[in-house]
Amino acid sequence: MKVYLDNNATTIVDPHVFAEMEPFFVQRYGNPNSLHLFASETHKPLKTAMEKIYAGINAPKEDSVVITSCATESNNWVFKSIFFEYILTGRKNHIIVSEVEHPSVIANAKFLEAHGCKVTYLPINSEGMIEAHTVRDFITPKTALVSIMWANNETGAIFPVQEIGNICAEAGVLFHTDAVQAVGKTPIDVQSFNVDYLTMSAHKFHGPKGVGALYIRKGKELTPLMHGGAQMGGLRSGTLNVAGIVGMGKAMEQAVDALDYEMHEIRELRDAFEDQLLEIEDTFVVTPREKRTPNTILISFRGIEGEAMLWDLNRAGIAASTGSACASEDLESNPVMEAIGAEADLAHTAIRFSLSRYTTKEELDYAIEIVREAVKRLRSISSSYAYTPKGHVSGLDSH
Amino acid sequence: MGMDSLIGGTIWDEYSQKVTELMNNPQNMGEITEEQAEAMGAKLIVADFGAESCGDAVRLYWAVDPKSDIILESKFKSFGCGTAIASSDTMAELCKGKTVDEAVKITNIDVEKAMRDTPDVPAVPPQKMHCSVMAYDVIKKAAAQYKGVDVDSFEEEIIVCECARVSLSTLKEVIRINDLTTIEQIVDYTKAGAFCKSCIRPGGHEAKDIYLVDLLEEYEKEKMAKAADASLSGNIAFADMTIVQKIKAVDKVIDDNIRAMLIMDGGNIEILDIKENGGYIDIYIRYLGACSGCASSSTGTLFAIENILREKLDQNIRVLPI
Repeated sequence: MKVYLDNNATTIVDPHVFAEMEPFFVQRYGNPNSLHLFASETHKPLKTAMEKIYAGINAPKEDSVVITSCATESNNWVFKSIFFEYILTGRKNHIIVSEVEHPSVIANAKFLEAHGCKVTYLPINSEGMIEAHTVRDFITPKTALVSIMWANNETGAIFPVQEIGNICAEAGVLFHTDAVQAVGKTPIDVQSFNVDYLTMSAHKFHGPKGVGALYIRKGKELTPLMHGGAQMGGLRSGTLNVAGIVGMGKAMEQAVDALDYEMHEIRELRDAFEDQLLEIEDTFVVTPREKRTPNTILISFRGIEGEAMLWDLNRAGIAASTGSACASEDLESNPVMEAIGAEADLAHTAIRFSLSRYTTKEELDYAIEIVREAVKRLRSISSSYAYTPKGHVSGLDSH
Repeated sequence: MGMDSLIGGTIWDEYSQKVTELMNNPQNMGEITEEQAEAMGAKLIVADFGAESCGDAVRLYWAVDPKSDIILESKFKSFGCGTAIASSDTMAELCKGKTVDEAVKITNIDVEKAMRDTPDVPAVPPQKMHCSVMAYDVIKKAAAQYKGVDVDSFEEEIIVCECARVSLSTLKEVIRINDLTTIEQIVDYTKAGAFCKSCIRPGGHEAKDIYLVDLLEEYEKEKMAKAADASLSGNIAFADMTIVQKIKAVDKVIDDNIRAMLIMDGGNIEILDIKENGGYIDIYIRYLGACSGCASSSTGTLFAIENILREKLDQNIRVLPI
């Protein structure tokens, strides 16, 4: 059995999404910005897709939802534009981000820091949450931008972006949120609160890889990151990725349709799985479940190094993660575990399970069996976990 | 950079078959109890290395025959990733039947080589090499315990890169002899820094006492200090001087031989820049005051300046008025 429980890294492309994209490779391949018939036959589907993306976040027509190549590009665009407009010119000298942002935000904050911008890395509390009032404490007259993710990729913690957005509006500070992990898991309505920029990525909600978007509120336009042929109203040049946009549109439509299912059925599946995981002794989960996206569990198994756990799960066909997939090649401890102030001994023991609307009960029933076996085996190897009762003789005569 | 780095690694696919098998089914995993050691007439040694908070910890159990110092049985336990488990297992295996003195000579490189499927293909990808280092360190700790000595007494040298086991003295020598100026060169010459990369500069997987960037900086300073000393004692060729020394040397020759004459005529000269140009050393100058309009400034005076600089400093000097 193969079970995919790494949906915060990427998701399966929904077959309906794939079917909608398919005609735009061989049949309707025109460049939508040309004048001829090959162009015009791509135009209507493009418009329909854009309308679905707008509708998915309830963006009014006068605002911009600019299609980019990925969330990383969207995040880079916000930070680099802020750098050119505010930091380089000396108008402002400070930004605020949370300490648990995705690398595409943290690395940008560090980049700005290296170029003379002051950066506040907002701490999370022991529940893995950002407390909105702390944002207010750090805003200065020289603060250009606050960037706080909507939902954390590792814990699933949903941060109080509405409250933070309103604090920023009061203070006259621009507010950006990386909503990559929020789309399809919690309702998003950009008209219901103050948010100037919002990042999305299609492949996190069953759309294709290589297409993302940045919502930009009217009047808060950014200096382009990609200069060129003035596509996307000159905000983001580059030949339009028609198939990708069509795919993102369909994926967004389906995510909205499935939101209720995610928030109830998937949450129930997740909660039941989590209950079973917590029956294993010496485990703990970061962030109370009601404060999380419905699909995510970050759990620590005392005495078991995360990668060893992944290895055993993988052997049995189960895909999970120790944290951000982007970081799987380096060997650092989990930043969230450090940030919530978990015991140092647990920093390397976190495993993330992330479900999707494709996850079934059968899959989770299988997964819990495998997790139990892996915990037993790895704790018996562990030098730090006293699995063997005192006085019991093991080792020489047993394997 | 290159294609492989651009794609990035799926590190698990780079493990040897042996590593995979040992991870799935370690052969020497477990403990040795006091009773078991006693039954063998052996002394029990239990040594720990690493820490969970660092992501890797290993415990080594030895039953050592006190008469022959031979390790009769060797077991391990480990908190760590799969490669840490596999290398701990291999390390425990390699210890068996050896005397404690022999076991101390087992290095992480021996452990890694023992896990290879074919002699030329590494058993683990570079960033996992540090897992086997722990295996080496825990042996030393066990041996120190057995002999009742300090663990440092086994380390004759300071090791800068533990993955490739390159010592401080080797690194210093190779840098000096080959006049190395970049990290890439050090990696090419010594393999230090090629694996987990922690020793290159602060901020890697592990904190180190000495980093390769420090050694380069130290060597660079050494070279500069040497040049300065040599120039003081007049024992340095013009071409080997630093740019500042060159400017000073040129100024001094002009001061001693020419400037007084120019000033008497109401003029002067300033040095703008010194550049190496093929085999030549080009000195750019500018005439000041009366000299700037003087016909001789591009002929007689110029030749005089060039000649005296060539004679005093270097035959390849060319003087170029701007």
